[in-house]
Amino acid sequence: MAQATFSIWRGNAGGGDFVDYRTEVTEGMVVLDAVHQIQSESANDLAVRWNCKAGKCGSCSAEVNGKPKLMCMTRLSDLPLDEPVTVEPMRAFPRLRDLVTDVSWNFEAKKKIKRFAPRPPDAPDGTWRMAQEDVDRVQEFRKCIECFLCQDVCHVLRDHGLQERFIGPRLLVYAAALEMHPLDGADRVRDLWQEHGIGLCNITKCCTTVCPESITITDNAIIPLKERVVDELHDPLVRLFSKRDRK
Amino acid sequence: MAEAVRRDYDVLVIGAGGAGLRAAIAASAAGARVAVVSKSLLGKAHTVMAEGGIAAALANVDERDGWKVHFADTMRGGQYLSHPRMAELHAREAPDRVRELEAWGALFDRTPDGRILQRNFGGHRYPRLAHVGDRTGLEMIRTLQDHGIHQGIDFHMELTITTLLTAGAPGDTRVVGAFGYDRERGRCATFGAGAVILATGGIGRAYSITSNSWEYTGDGHALAYEAGAELLDMEFVQFHPTGMVWPPSVRGILVTEGVRGEGGVLRNSAGRRFMFDDIPANYRTQTADNEEEGWRYCQGDKNARRPPELLTRDHVARCIVREVREGRGSPHGGVFLDISWIEQRIPKAAEHIKKKLPSMYHQFHQLAGIDITKEPMEVGPTTHYMMGGVRVHPETQMSTLPGLFAAGECGAGLHGANRLGGNSLSDLLVFGKRAGEHAAEHARSVGAGPIDERQLAEAERRALAPFDRAGGGEGAYAIQHDLQSMMQDLVGIVRRAPEMEKALTALAGLRERAARVGVHGNREYNPGWHTALDLPNLLTVSEAVTRAAIERTESRGAQFRDDFPEKDAELGKVNIVVRKGEGGAMRVERVPLPPMPAELAAVIEEMK
Repeated sequence: MAQATFSIWRGNAGGGDFVDYRTEVTEGMVVLDAVHQIQSESANDLAVRWNCKAGKCGSCSAEVNGKPKLMCMTRLSDLPLDEPVTVEPMRAFPRLRDLVTDVSWNFEAKKKIKRFAPRPPDAPDGTWRMAQEDVDRVQEFRKCIECFLCQDVCHVLRDHGLQERFIGPRLLVYAAALEMHPLDGADRVRDLWQEHGIGLCNITKCCTTVCPESITITDNAIIPLKERVVDELHDPLVRLFSKRDRK
Repeated sequence: MAEAVRRDYDVLVIGAGGAGLRAAIAASAAGARVAVVSKSLLGKAHTVMAEGGIAAALANVDERDGWKVHFADTMRGGQYLSHPRMAELHAREAPDRVRELEAWGALFDRTPDGRILQRNFGGHRYPRLAHVGDRTGLEMIRTLQDHGIHQGIDFHMELTITTLLTAGAPGDTRVVGAFGYDRERGRCATFGAGAVILATGGIGRAYSITSNSWEYTGDGHALAYEAGAELLDMEFVQFHPTGMVWPPSVRGILVTEGVRGEGGVLRNSAGRRFMFDDIPANYRTQTADNEEEGWRYCQGDKNARRPPELLTRDHVARCIVREVREGRGSPHGGVFLDISWIEQRIPKAAEHIKKKLPSMYHQFHQLAGIDITKEPMEVGPTTHYMMGGVRVHPETQMSTLPGLFAAGECGAGLHGANRLGGNSLSDLLVFGKRAGEHAAEHARSVGAGPIDERQLAEAERRALAPFDRAGGGEGAYAIQHDLQSMMQDLVGIVRRAPEMEKALTALAGLRERAARVGVHGNREYNPGWHTALDLPNLLTVSEAVTRAAIERTESRGAQFRDDFPEKDAELGKVNIVVRKGEGGAMRVERVPLPPMPAELAAVIEEMK
């Protein structure tokens, strides 16, 4: 059977380096299979996060040949195996150990976004009525598996490290899902501008490109939110009839 | 001496899947100080993999549905070994639990008049599963997660509990906390708690072909067993009929039953719909006897009966095994599941399939290079769900050990000999909430208990022992691998006494190897070490499964005994209980089923 070389980053917060491992490649294998095989054969303590192995949980995010990917959905047959396949942790997050990074910031930042606040129920039995077409738009955002690859590739976070001022594409998608939820009545527009730094996104669409769920992050989530910000906070006419009237 | 960081709560929840999150939300709402610990990050637990939907008799699609029908379906599916009171509470309360999710932001697919849409599923008489395409579990766990983070609950992610701490004289013990380690640095952690809720999910990693991730090593089952609680129904392991079989690296990954609910059919290598060949007597009146009627059912015709592909999972899995064994399987040892054929029946079939089964489309396209809108899938049984678990009180979810509660997959009682699809998501909401409320109440009434320093020191010694053998011991992966193949071969879908006796001998050998396991590296995020500590749990649950399966000398539900292929009426009156005996040996015992209240017996009769 064919062999291939995997150049895997080993180390921790203090530093590290790439280590080459050779392992057998069989039909249908994905990068995560190779990592597991290496872990079991020759590197028992190789740290990697994974759960579902089917692209549904968003745990095994890494950079494969420099590209942000879910390791479980990246097939070896799609990679050139005549040269080493590099596997390294996501660069936008602090390194913990080998392929595992500290993604806790995402969970903390999410808490700062105003929670879901439904309107009173539509029917006497306490339920609501919603049309499928209104639900469709938000269901796209709710496909998100929180793999944080979009956060990893976003230059505001990755290159400029502005985590304190910008919540990043994942959480803008989360905010969009709330803002466009047919039942939600809360207003997050001022927060998006002042607290969540939506103005820092300059629509390079890198997030959309890497999304394993094919969510149209920039066009469907971020741009409509930016438009709401402009309409509500910067349009003088709208400001005149302030938000209080809208509610 | 113990180096562990000590934290104190009223209620400690172990596990952050649907059951754990729902329990934590309920306990917190009841005023308790609550912590959730989870082996993985928040939102990654196995609930996320649930695809088809959540069963609740909302009667949005078929007004004939109601709690009584759901109750009767659950009892029939469980071959009447389920706890009737649990099945009743589950059927009565599931609709409210689903509506509550909507109030917390979940967005289910809609009916034309804007209510929650429901779909057909195996063993459910009417369309009953509220769903979001084929990613219902993701919707559910995210809703609970996003609601839960605003409830004042402390989340400790990537922290594994290895030991429950108890207090009190023998025969009068209670649970007072738990000991574990964090994965990131390998630091020890101690939790004091008035009540502990186990919500650790299943045991799928005891088998080599499984839909379960690394996490499902029977931790809750083993923690409860070691602390002295009883386990119930451990012989009933659900093998889901449709897992992927090719390529090898994806073997076992789940293919939702929703494919069949949408009209997908099972065929053998001769192209025959073999499910028509064997329809069990107790389902005959409810099952279509021709292809035309089956299709009309999937299209919502209320006068049609369901196609045999939607019979219960245990039965479908066995039929697939039969086809493969008799030489009518697909090239890679499965059978064919075909949804593409519906293009003969409906316009724009490809779009319809992608809309209704988006993640199946994606999964096969990406991982197997197959377009399910154009060609059939190859599928075969995969270890999926554990019906057995911690024996609990049907209303409070407290185990036989005071202070210890269990909910979701690691609890037992609702599903009996076979779980219906869609009943796990409703199970974890209904009984997660109940466990949370009752645990909070229990903690309030008994308060914190004393933590025994010796127990703590012993727990820590055991957790760190593999490092003492760093140089010499065998690696954990090899032992785990051997355990999985052994269980797959000897205690799988088709079971025989001599093979299971062999399994017990093999387990003893594996236990010896596990006692000598060594790890490389240090305590920082070291999966070799983590696997070494999961091993004893896997061995305990494997032994419990095997011993309970030997004890049940009949075929019923998920348990199929080649040497006892029929049901035994006497065994239909008992559950099998496993507990740790004095001296440490595993004890197995038959206990009479809980009494069936007359009004519930009448419901079953009425729904026949």
